[in-house]
Amino acid sequence: MPVVRVSFTPAPAHVRTVRLVAGAAAQQAGLKGEAVDEVRFAVGEACAQAVARHQRHGLRDRVRVECDSNGAGFTVRVSDRAPVDDAANSDPVAMALLSGLVSDLRMTSSADPPGTTVHLYFR
Amino acid sequence: MELALSTQTDGDHSVVAARGEIDLYSAPGLRERLRGLVTDGVRHLTVDMNGVEFCDSTGLGVLVGTLKRLREVGGTLVIVCNQERILKIFRLTGLDQIFDIQDTASPAGS
Repeated sequence: MPVVRVSFTPAPAHVRTVRLVAGAAAQQAGLKGEAVDEVRFAVGEACAQAVARHQRHGLRDRVRVECDSNGAGFTVRVSDRAPVDDAANSDPVAMALLSGLVSDLRMTSSADPPGTTVHLYFR
Repeated sequence: MELALSTQTDGDHSVVAARGEIDLYSAPGLRERLRGLVTDGVRHLTVDMNGVEFCDSTGLGVLVGTLKRLREVGGTLVIVCNQERILKIFRLTGLDQIFDIQDTASPAGS
C-alpha cells in the first residue's frame, strides 16, 4: 500500500508542492538530512520531466506520484500519460541527475494506455 | 520559495544573485534575465547561487545555454556556489568540469 499518493495537473508550479510532499513522506519513513534532500531533488526532477512530456503533447492528464516505504527502503513512482516514444527523448542531464541521486532507477512503459513510470529507489 | 534575482552591472560585467528555487516554473525568468544581459552587451557574467535552495536540470540548462552564448561572443561565465547540495548537482551531471565554479563573488567591475 502506498504511504502517500498524489496526482496533479501538469503545471510547473505544482512540482514544488510534490517535492515538499515527497520530502515529508521520506522524513516520515525515517530518512534524514542529505537523504531527504536527495528524495526532494530526484522527485522534483522526475516530475519536471513528466510535466514537460505532457506539455510537449498538449496533455492535461494528471501526473501521478506514489511514495512507498517498506523494509527495503523508500520508493517513489512518477507516472505520466505521454506517448511511450517520448520517454526515449528524456533530457540526458536530467537522467544523469536522477541516476546519481537514487540508489536504483528504473523506467517502465506502456503503449496502451500510453505512459511511462519512473521508479526511484532510495536505501 | 520564489526565485528572486538581483543584478549589479559595471560596464560589460554583471553579477546576478539568485535566491530561492530554480526549477521548471522559475527557470524561464532566469533565462530571460541572463539572455537580456548578454543581448545588452554584458560579456562577463557571474551567477551567484549561494542563495539558491534548489536547482533542477531546467536551471542547469539555462546556465549551459548562457555559457554557450557567452563563449560565442568571447565572454565568460562564473558560477558562485558554496552550498554542497547544489554543488552535488553540478558534480552528478559532470557540469562541474564545464563551469568555472567559485566560492565567492567578485563585485561587478572588479
